[in-house]
Amino acid sequence: MPTVIQIVFGLISALIIGAAMMVVLARNVIHAALWLIACFFGVGALYLLLEAEFLAVVQVLIYVGAISILILFAIMLTRELEGARQLARGWRLWLGGAICALLFAGVLVPTLAGHPWNVPPPLGPAGTPEVVIGAADLGRGFVFQYLLQFQVAGVLLTVALIGAIVIAYEERGRRRRVLTLAEEHELRKRQEPATAEPPAGD
Amino acid sequence: MTNAIPLEAVLVVAAALFCIGLFGALSRRNLVGVLMGVELMLNAVNINLVAIWRYLEPGFITGQTFAIFVITVAAAEAAVGLAMIIAVYRGWLTVNADKVDSLKG
Repeated sequence: MPTVIQIVFGLISALIIGAAMMVVLARNVIHAALWLIACFFGVGALYLLLEAEFLAVVQVLIYVGAISILILFAIMLTRELEGARQLARGWRLWLGGAICALLFAGVLVPTLAGHPWNVPPPLGPAGTPEVVIGAADLGRGFVFQYLLQFQVAGVLLTVALIGAIVIAYEERGRRRRVLTLAEEHELRKRQEPATAEPPAGD
Repeated sequence: MTNAIPLEAVLVVAAALFCIGLFGALSRRNLVGVLMGVELMLNAVNINLVAIWRYLEPGFITGQTFAIFVITVAAAEAAVGLAMIIAVYRGWLTVNADKVDSLKG
């Protein structure tokens, strides 16, 4: 049983790290967003492995369902016509990579490896199975212990959504008309003869 | 679960995810790409919170509650950030972070 769990953990870790690398390095932004969805799924699977079932469902609902769709919409609405290089060039790329590699290998891993974590043994004192809280305890916590924080989070979400609408709103007079695909083809067909001679026999 | 995988392994995965996200936020020139890097970093922090809850205090709800609040704030951040990217695109007709430099001295 431990071996199976270790294999599953290894696969999930490989998925998370590989997908995250693809998010960072992919040339196409849409491909990066799709890899981001895979990475979110991997993180959700890791939550499931860590026995945080409710959090895994929340991860799939909010990250996979909402945030990635929002990102895809933003990519769609801000489509750049020229194919720009996605990564920075030259010393900025190397400096960023050096900072991150140094942070990982020089600070984080030595700290994690050197810290005494004092993980308690999984079994209780009388040999009873371990107490792991579930969704019911979380819900009780939200309406008793963390009621104020819960309400503040609700207010924050409301304010953020209203703010997002206000920021992205465009007044009617300044709105540019978005061409449909047929109109775009028509425009391109009309522009083409002016710029280049159409191939013969077309 | 807890005796099959050491806590450090989960935390190292989260640290690697954080560093990859930081690299993305630093070196991407597309504003949406920068935001994707930030989302990766937030996910790494959440993995840390859940792992430490599971290994050290599995009987208390505080760890998972904090993770849920982080997800809430991340959702709000993504909504506002993407709205700002769309507003920037309207004004500059680009989402390249290097070209949006009107505050440059």
